[in-house]
Amino acid sequence: MNLMANLIPAAAEIFLLVMVCFILIADLMLTKSSKLFTYLLVLLTLVGCMVITVGTHQSSVVYAFNGMYVDDLMSDVLKLLSYLGMFMVLVYSRQYLMLRGLFTGEFMVLALFALLGMNVMISANHFLTLYLGLELLSLSLYAMVALQRDSAIATEAAMKYFVLGALASGLLLYGMSMLYGATGSLELGAISNAIANGVQNKSLLAFGLVFIVSGLAFKLGVVPFHMWVPDVYHGAPTAMTMLIGSVPKLAAFAFATRILVEGLQSLEHDWSGMLIILAIASMALGNLSAIAQTNLKRMFAYSTITHMGFMLLGLISGGIEGYGSAMFYTVVYMMMSLGAFGMIMLLSRAGFEADTLNDFKGLNQRSPWLAFMMMLLMLSMAGIPPTVGFYAKFSVLNAIIQTGHTWLAVVAVMFSLIGAFYYLRIIKLMYFDAPESHAPISVGSDTGLLISINGLGVLFLGLMPGTLMSICAVSVQQSLLLH
Amino acid sequence: MIFGLPVISVTIWLPILFGILVLATGDDKNAPLARLLALVGSVLGCLVTIPLYTGFDATTSNMQFVEFHDWIQRFNIHYHLGVDGISMLFILLNSFFTVIVVMAGWKVIEKRVAQYMAAFLIMSGIVNGVFAALDSILFYVFWEAMLIPMFIIIGVWGGPNRIYATMKFFLYTLLGSLLMLVALIYLYNLTGGSFAILDFHRVAIPMSAQILIFIAFFFAFAVKVPMFPVHTWLPDAHVEAPTGGSVVLAAIMLKVGAYGFLRFSMPITPDASHKLAGVMIALSLIAIVYIGLVALMQSDMKKLVAYSSISHMGFVTLGLFIFNAYGMEGALLQMLSHGFVAGALFLCIGVLYDRMHSRQIKDYGGVVNKMPVFAAFFMLFAMANSGLPGTSAFVGEFMVVMGTIKVNFWYAFAAASTLIFGAAYTLWMYKRVIFGAVTNHHVEELTDLNAREILIMSILAIFVLGMGLYPLPFSEIMHASVNDLLVHVAHSKLPI
Repeated sequence: MNLMANLIPAAAEIFLLVMVCFILIADLMLTKSSKLFTYLLVLLTLVGCMVITVGTHQSSVVYAFNGMYVDDLMSDVLKLLSYLGMFMVLVYSRQYLMLRGLFTGEFMVLALFALLGMNVMISANHFLTLYLGLELLSLSLYAMVALQRDSAIATEAAMKYFVLGALASGLLLYGMSMLYGATGSLELGAISNAIANGVQNKSLLAFGLVFIVSGLAFKLGVVPFHMWVPDVYHGAPTAMTMLIGSVPKLAAFAFATRILVEGLQSLEHDWSGMLIILAIASMALGNLSAIAQTNLKRMFAYSTITHMGFMLLGLISGGIEGYGSAMFYTVVYMMMSLGAFGMIMLLSRAGFEADTLNDFKGLNQRSPWLAFMMMLLMLSMAGIPPTVGFYAKFSVLNAIIQTGHTWLAVVAVMFSLIGAFYYLRIIKLMYFDAPESHAPISVGSDTGLLISINGLGVLFLGLMPGTLMSICAVSVQQSLLLH
Repeated sequence: MIFGLPVISVTIWLPILFGILVLATGDDKNAPLARLLALVGSVLGCLVTIPLYTGFDATTSNMQFVEFHDWIQRFNIHYHLGVDGISMLFILLNSFFTVIVVMAGWKVIEKRVAQYMAAFLIMSGIVNGVFAALDSILFYVFWEAMLIPMFIIIGVWGGPNRIYATMKFFLYTLLGSLLMLVALIYLYNLTGGSFAILDFHRVAIPMSAQILIFIAFFFAFAVKVPMFPVHTWLPDAHVEAPTGGSVVLAAIMLKVGAYGFLRFSMPITPDASHKLAGVMIALSLIAIVYIGLVALMQSDMKKLVAYSSISHMGFVTLGLFIFNAYGMEGALLQMLSHGFVAGALFLCIGVLYDRMHSRQIKDYGGVVNKMPVFAAFFMLFAMANSGLPGTSAFVGEFMVVMGTIKVNFWYAFAAASTLIFGAAYTLWMYKRVIFGAVTNHHVEELTDLNAREILIMSILAIFVLGMGLYPLPFSEIMHASVNDLLVHVAHSKLPI
């Protein structure tokens, strides 16, 4: 295979890497006041990546670098969405970071490195590539959480994140090495074939699987590997929380499906049993703990745990319905969580974080439009139609019931009912209570526009969810099920 | 067709459109404009439902005015609307009450007028959607969306304990809805990939599954009706809701639950319905008798009417689950009549509350001396609530009792006791509030109804009397559909 054929599937990542390096150096030359130039350059890079990804799209699955890298429909769709997500993160957080002196070149470069890591994960077809992408993502995120050097709580969060993240990486790596020992390969397709043809050392395989699932659960933040999530979400500056809590979920989805479905499909019976326990525990603990929170970021951390648990239900169900619904769920979750954290940043001012529940009191009197947008986002998280969150839940439930696990669907909806309470509580605070402060809300035109698009998008996709659902279904069909 | 647009879609989307327009008028500086727009929207919304009545073919039980478009192809979900003799009248009732509610809130609501009016208009459209949806997911979307405006209405404009009440209302109903969703998806897989309600009617279901589906539907619909063990949200919600909210709750929301039994539970799971009919009848009778006694003990007028609503809705569920034509038509007429009567009673209490800011019976007495016109209207509605012949309530209750007697004399005996209890609690309340000497200086300062209030009351009085004296226009519309439903329910759907 010639060099070009290898490079084209990874063209967007190569472009991204070149641009990050360029921005890193260019930013050194710029004075503090001209950071906006860096910012625009970063946004342009994202647009460029989008163009390249669309431009190099091929209708068939293409492998590159001796099967280490794959370019298929799922990777292209997820990458496009991750550019979009990162774009939104940067726009939402500009004002917030500027007011806190964090709007630096480091932030933007780290964000792009994280994006690069995610895209490598999304396209990985080999344990080494997967691990490489994962570490690039994780290291960037650790550094970003610690970016606010004078904040003790942020430093603590970064430390926790790093230690537990390193532990998780260790677990994953250990599991990968066991699988390598059992199957003699690190390439997902080869592993899949080796297992299908029969593996001699079954216990090695089983242990490897357990470690892989644990590591995966750590990265997804599902119970009982969730301990880092609330502290990191709470401690990190909100812009970083938004980044951690939104776009990487796409990569985590790709990561999980690539390993479990492409690599270990023949062990589905084993891992789906483990995932059922993880999913139920996540929904139970996440929902119940979220009720007790007074800090919004902590509450959303527990809500993330729940949502990831719900997403796992899709993976458990399997098939085009199951994987398609899990992907749809992840994409929808990213949108909602971007909006929710965006709202927290929108209401924050210099020296003031609007991250407790009380800060949302009486928002309807201070700004009816923002309150309405937040209501749409919260209803969507609770899964109430006519918002898109309903269809996310609906498609997952449909997948579970098709596999005959109706009881699991009943358990899931009962926990959703508990979850509805704390989302409703936010609506209650915004609409029914009197405001605690009457400080004017200064919304930049860019963030204001974005939150409106985000909120109305949740509603619009709720009225017309068909297209996105089909895209997800077609992607997983091409990428996961046809070979 | 109205101006080339399909009728049902117009009845759904026109109020919602006006709701958004009203919302766009912004804060309370533009309140007069918001009120005017809301009135125009609700009146138009009511007028566009007229073709449904005039163009309706009462000889068939088929769905009419059907609209069918693709919506979510991936799951074979369609934008599928249509009405039959069961659902059509409720769309009319709902659109009519939206006008009443807008008028009733005209002066009383002073804060966030636009949001108040918009919430009711949007809800009106959504409720029409619930009655017209023939695709179960479309139905579910409308069904759940209905909660959102009601949640806001009770929570923002309600009484002191409104937040507890509205949370309870939302979570109770969501519990039922989510179980229904699971049942719908189960049915989707059973039919081999269709969410059409009419396909659900046809599919064969084994008994064990039927019972589980029935229970899931039961939770969804019984909470809305509300039936005896799951009724506790209603008194809270009613008491704390603003007058308009109470009227819509009583006149419309409760009917949605009973409609669900008719459209889903009975035709989809007929065998389970027959098997569990005993339980349903028992719960209905408990609601009628026990809740009637509870109503007797209330010191708060709104709570009293709320309990009376539960008791009257017990008649509806009783009528449905005795499976004969008298019972079912009686239940439908009772639903319509209860809409008018309970709506009117809540408006009457609202009239008093606006003037005195109290709903306690003990704060009143001798109101007739100061408000003779009001007392006359209130008298009519109180009599109707007790089921006096010549008022609308009598027709439905009489038919249900007739139907019940055919099944079991003692059921009918227990049901008929409501004629005594109903009269007791309504008239006793009426006596304490209206008659006697003027008890305190607040009552002394009361002023009688103004022109707007007289207009609202007169319209309702005409319907209450008209339906009582000449119910034929209502009952003949539902004839064909009810008979068809009964035939359907009589056939076993167990797989052979």
